[in-house]
Amino acid sequence: MKTLNLLFVTFFILSMASLEAATIRVKNGQSIQKAINQAADGDTLIIEKGTFAENEITIRKPLTIIGESYPVIDGKEKGNVFLVAAENVHIRGLKIINTGMSNMDDSAGIKFFDSKNCSVEDNILEETYFGLHFSNSSKLTIKNNKLSSHAEREYQTGNGIHLWKCRDSFIEGNTVSGHRDGIYLEFVTNTVSIGNMIEANKRYGLHFMFSHDNSYIQNTFKKNGAGVAVMYTRNVLMKENIFEENEGASSYGILLKDITDSEIVGNIFRKNTIGIYMEGCSRSTFKSNSFTQNGWAIKLMASCDQNTFEENNFIANTFDISTNGTVVLNTLQHNYWDKYEGYDLDKNRTGDIPYRPISLFSVIVEKIPAAMILWRSFLVTLLDRMEKVLPSITPENMIDNSPKMRPYDIRTTNT
Amino acid sequence: MISVQQIHKKFGKLEVLKDFNLEFESGKSYALMGPNGSGKTTLIKIILGMVIPNAGDILVKGKSIKGSFAYRSDIGYMPQIGRYPDNMKIGQLFSMMQDMRPEIKKYDMALATEFGLMDMLDKPMHTLSGGTRQKVSASLAFMFCPDILILDEPTAGLDPIAVEILKTKIIHEREKGKLILITSHILSELDELTNHAIYIHEGKVFFNDTTESLKDITGESKFTTAIARLMEWSLKKKQIKTELSHV
Amino acid sequence: MFKLLKYALYDIVKSRFALLYTLFMVLVAISIYQVSEDMSKVSLSLLNIMLMIIPLISAIFATTHFFNNLEFTELMLAQPVKRRDVFLSQILAVIFVLSMAILIGFGAPMLLWGADASVLILLAIGIGLSVIFAGLAFLASVLTRDKAKAIGISLSFWIYFSLVYDGFVLYLIYSLADYPLEKPTLALVFLNPVDLGRIIMLMQLDISALMGYTGAFFQDFFGSAKGILLSSAVMFIWMILPVTAAMRVFKRKDF
Repeated sequence: MKTLNLLFVTFFILSMASLEAATIRVKNGQSIQKAINQAADGDTLIIEKGTFAENEITIRKPLTIIGESYPVIDGKEKGNVFLVAAENVHIRGLKIINTGMSNMDDSAGIKFFDSKNCSVEDNILEETYFGLHFSNSSKLTIKNNKLSSHAEREYQTGNGIHLWKCRDSFIEGNTVSGHRDGIYLEFVTNTVSIGNMIEANKRYGLHFMFSHDNSYIQNTFKKNGAGVAVMYTRNVLMKENIFEENEGASSYGILLKDITDSEIVGNIFRKNTIGIYMEGCSRSTFKSNSFTQNGWAIKLMASCDQNTFEENNFIANTFDISTNGTVVLNTLQHNYWDKYEGYDLDKNRTGDIPYRPISLFSVIVEKIPAAMILWRSFLVTLLDRMEKVLPSITPENMIDNSPKMRPYDIRTTNT
Repeated sequence: MISVQQIHKKFGKLEVLKDFNLEFESGKSYALMGPNGSGKTTLIKIILGMVIPNAGDILVKGKSIKGSFAYRSDIGYMPQIGRYPDNMKIGQLFSMMQDMRPEIKKYDMALATEFGLMDMLDKPMHTLSGGTRQKVSASLAFMFCPDILILDEPTAGLDPIAVEILKTKIIHEREKGKLILITSHILSELDELTNHAIYIHEGKVFFNDTTESLKDITGESKFTTAIARLMEWSLKKKQIKTELSHV
Repeated sequence: MFKLLKYALYDIVKSRFALLYTLFMVLVAISIYQVSEDMSKVSLSLLNIMLMIIPLISAIFATTHFFNNLEFTELMLAQPVKRRDVFLSQILAVIFVLSMAILIGFGAPMLLWGADASVLILLAIGIGLSVIFAGLAFLASVLTRDKAKAIGISLSFWIYFSLVYDGFVLYLIYSLADYPLEKPTLALVFLNPVDLGRIIMLMQLDISALMGYTGAFFQDFFGSAKGILLSSAVMFIWMILPVTAAMRVFKRKDF
């Protein structure tokens, strides 16, 4: 009786364990979809090294899928590779390649619908139309994935990390290149993007709309077709990001359209045609940013108001600030301008005479872009000098009354 | 040796030389005279190729000077005011001029020696006085034993000793049978140095004959007064010109 | 010819001007290097100085030199040498001094503190502008008998190419702002050597990408083999034209 009792207990414990989570190994040549269908909720599938030609692998229950030595899941250019509509799905260590290339169904490496508490980590995605595509989901973790596409044109590829109507998520340490937009967010809230490397995408490195209360920290956006464009959003925090080498006729370090109540702090804007282009932005703070070697550090359209620019460095830009209007209702203070030629008699490290960051020539170029060919000519130098002495065309109130004599030490921890 | 043929030269609207003809022969030395602006210097410059005539031609040793430059090695020219590169030394100037006539190997340095220039070959030109520069100019004109010597106011600015040295040299060369053409305001000097007088008035040759016949025609025994008489006549030239012209 | 050039050079190299100009260039270059440590900024500052100073000094110096050496030129004309050679020796001597001042003045600090390929082009453009403005100055000099007048004309050339022309371009662009202007402005650039030099140089620096659409258009043109060939050919024509014109007048000129 005693032994029977013991046996029963043992059996009970074992069966409990199997109920909790079984581990199923999927060998090379086996079907992943079949393994998923047979697995119970919460099971772990370990996919062994190999190549699996499967697409539209559908997951409708909580599962953990782990690749060993990056097994290759080849979609053979048909549709999506994974489709997920469940909670607690975790996908790790897979190499997903060759999705369909159609924009009819927005084929993706992994596509989530109506999911929750899911994670996608350490995967490699190559030649996917969309990389990771999430809609109507929440509490997602998207971490350390490497996404690349080699499309030649913008319309031949979708977005790298695409979130639509999601919230409370983390996007961290991913690398995205060659897609249309690196990271695309629409109606996404309470989400944090940290330390992503978004490079050489066809359109925007980061593109978001109607995505309030999000943070972007220590990301790098480099050499993307048109830089970064963010629109119709309030309460954004952008901190210590790097925006660099976004060069081209309509390329921006960052384009801000109707962004309100936001903070742009400690970022580096380097070698962009336009560092920041702002339209319809208000009540935002730009602090401790470094603008170096940009064509225009900031293009501030007259539709912007009540923004504050303080303690930024402006170094070696062709134009520091340009604007299309005459009335500018923004505040400039305590910035360092390398073009400032004033003096500091009382030695308080603040220049004694104000600095006007808008040059006459920048006003001319704003009106007639072709006038750019006269840049650095003697005529223009002379005109700018005259305008500095007797301002007549440049906006009267666009003035930094407390220009700093020395640059601030601005660095970010990402490289 | 030099044949000036129907030369015509205008500076703007001003006609300096009108249908101008002259012959200069070797062995003779000519005094080229005339009031200021009569065209003396222009004539010399045309011969040297520095001024280009509107019409007509110059023959030197029977060859036209048009488009030619080699003939100038036959001419020793001493300008009225010799200006030289400031930083060049006398010695360098001499060797430069010699350099430009590679075909001439024998140099007549007599004048330079007598003027004492050989002891100051290291002196830069800008340190020299006006007189010393004239000495340099004179030495250069005679240095290459040219067949033709054109001397524009040769004694101006020279000290009396130098003037004597130069005069002796000019006479010496004349006796060698060279063609010598001198303009000067010092008439007495011309009397000594030349045997042929040319008087130019308003771009035309007014008188052209030997010094003797000049004295004969004017009835004056002294060269200077003969010239003065010539000048008087030239002012009423319209009546007398034809009688005097022996061209 | 070479003999004449040798002596003309000998005189001019020893002149106070050659020394002062070179010294001035060295000082400018050194101060620019001291102020900014970024190479492209150095190139830009040097370019600015160059575009303004070099044409001005070349024009004035060449004119004064022509008239200061007029008597010497006359002396040479009385010698058995070609008129062409007298002219060429004078202008080449001027060009030599102007170019050496740039090469030594800007080049020495570059050797000391480093430089890149764009700087070589900068030097070439400096020399090109020197040739052009020396040529224009000689043209002004042979066209007039008066030194003051010639300096006046040379200065007008400088003001025209540095200021008036650009003002005209700006006005044109302004009044035709509704039309696509890239191609016409490109043509306009070729008609002014100062503008041409400036644009060639700007296109060498990677900042051209930062100049918006116009910059991109020009980069396209000047970056292509055709553009490089055409722009250097036009620059070369600009260098030849005033010199030959001046020589033609010189050959017929009365001294």
